[in-house]
Amino acid sequence: MQARFKAGIRRMIPWALPVLLLVLWQLFSWNGVISDRILPAPSDVFTAAIELTSTGELTDHISISLGRATLGFLIGGLLGFFLGIMNGIFRFSDLLLDTSIQMLRNIPHLALIPLVILWFGIDETSKIFLVALGVLFPVYINTYHGIKNVEGDLIEMGKAYGLRGSKLFFSVIFPGALSSILVGIRFSLGVMWLTLIVAETISAHSGIGYMAMNAREFMQMDVIVLSILIYALFGKFSDMVAKYMEEKWLKWKT
Amino acid sequence: MKKDARVPHIHLNQLKKSFDHTVVLDGINLKVNQGEFIAIVGKSGCGKSTLLRLIAGLEHYNEGSISIKDKELAGLNTQARIMFQDGRLLPWKRVLENVGLGLKGDWRQTAIAALRDVGLEGRMHDWPSKLSGGQKQRVALARALVHKPEILLLDEPLGALDALTRLEMQELIECIWEKEKITTILVTHDVEEAVALADRVILIEDGKIVLSKNINLSRPRQKTQQVFVNISEEILSRIVDPNEQNLRLIIK
Repeated sequence: MQARFKAGIRRMIPWALPVLLLVLWQLFSWNGVISDRILPAPSDVFTAAIELTSTGELTDHISISLGRATLGFLIGGLLGFFLGIMNGIFRFSDLLLDTSIQMLRNIPHLALIPLVILWFGIDETSKIFLVALGVLFPVYINTYHGIKNVEGDLIEMGKAYGLRGSKLFFSVIFPGALSSILVGIRFSLGVMWLTLIVAETISAHSGIGYMAMNAREFMQMDVIVLSILIYALFGKFSDMVAKYMEEKWLKWKT
Repeated sequence: MKKDARVPHIHLNQLKKSFDHTVVLDGINLKVNQGEFIAIVGKSGCGKSTLLRLIAGLEHYNEGSISIKDKELAGLNTQARIMFQDGRLLPWKRVLENVGLGLKGDWRQTAIAALRDVGLEGRMHDWPSKLSGGQKQRVALARALVHKPEILLLDEPLGALDALTRLEMQELIECIWEKEKITTILVTHDVEEAVALADRVILIEDGKIVLSKNINLSRPRQKTQQVFVNISEEILSRIVDPNEQNLRLIIK
């Protein structure tokens, strides 16, 4: 009983600070320390969320943003993963491709926004392209280094024990690189949101970023703050997903 | 088991190996019979581990030949299993899966049986990181034996273990060898260990075999026995170079 109580407390501690901040914010808004022209009260933001949800607007924007993020992440992540594996294993493709990938990597992908708008307009393709591009490199780098850093001794052992080709890959090389690959995924989830926010803010006619920019035109402070909070929650959520994967697949490390 | 007295199980003929102009093995001739237990001793860097890796097919030799039952070795030696000093268990596979590595078909029962032989059946669901050094080496031994190899190559497998665990492992290796009669080559820097286990002790110095000594003692061998001590002393005195021996005399 006591142990369960302690475990419950421990689970609540990380949320203590955000909740405290929220309470203080509400209190200061009520007694006028924070003017509602600078920052709306949490209760106002909450009301805005209810209103937008009832019209279906909020869920539309959220699902559109989530869809873009997921699709871009899958395309860029899989491409980065595949290239990382290829270049990590095969010397020829490493020689052929790595230098070019490293050059592309050093271009800030957000600098491509003007070009991307000219290429794809402001519809879905441009956002997905930017997210995919941003996600590709962290996944690539970490997969590549993960594979290169698998202990040579273990690979030699695997070969001496009769492992070849895909068996060697799935028994030794991939598990050896997995922790590094997951670091890449975690990092790229951050890049994914960042890219999407910027892309949606600059050029879109739907999505959370658009909702915020649109609200600015009508001085709807509560909606702007709402969209920022939604991004924070999404960020936390993707971090939880990454952590879950690490706990599930890297059990042997504990 | 079929035994052919004329054809040695392993035959090394004028074997030469060099790394970047440094000669490591310089004309090694050695015949190992079926079921024989050979120990190779020598100082570190004398080339004894390289010799083992050549027989395993993990390295290529420059000159000479290696024949396994009269067939020239090309590439990996599939009849041999090598056990390394550092165990090399896969940390992301549980003990049982480590033992079953590379097995085909219904591997679980075979792997469990192999773990039983080394007395670690109870730990089959643990991660390797939870095992002690001696237990890891036992798992590595089980993993080598599970393939029913004809040749067992041991590359200082007990080098990193404490004295008591070493003795236990030596008994285990001898017991398994007597049961299975696998042709075994043990590389070690411990002369006592070599004399305790091997039918024949080979001393390598500067890439050449300088001593080959048959050990005709009954098993299990008593390390306190006078004959045992004499043989160990004899081999050890050949390893320690003359200058160092002078130094010993001066100290005495």
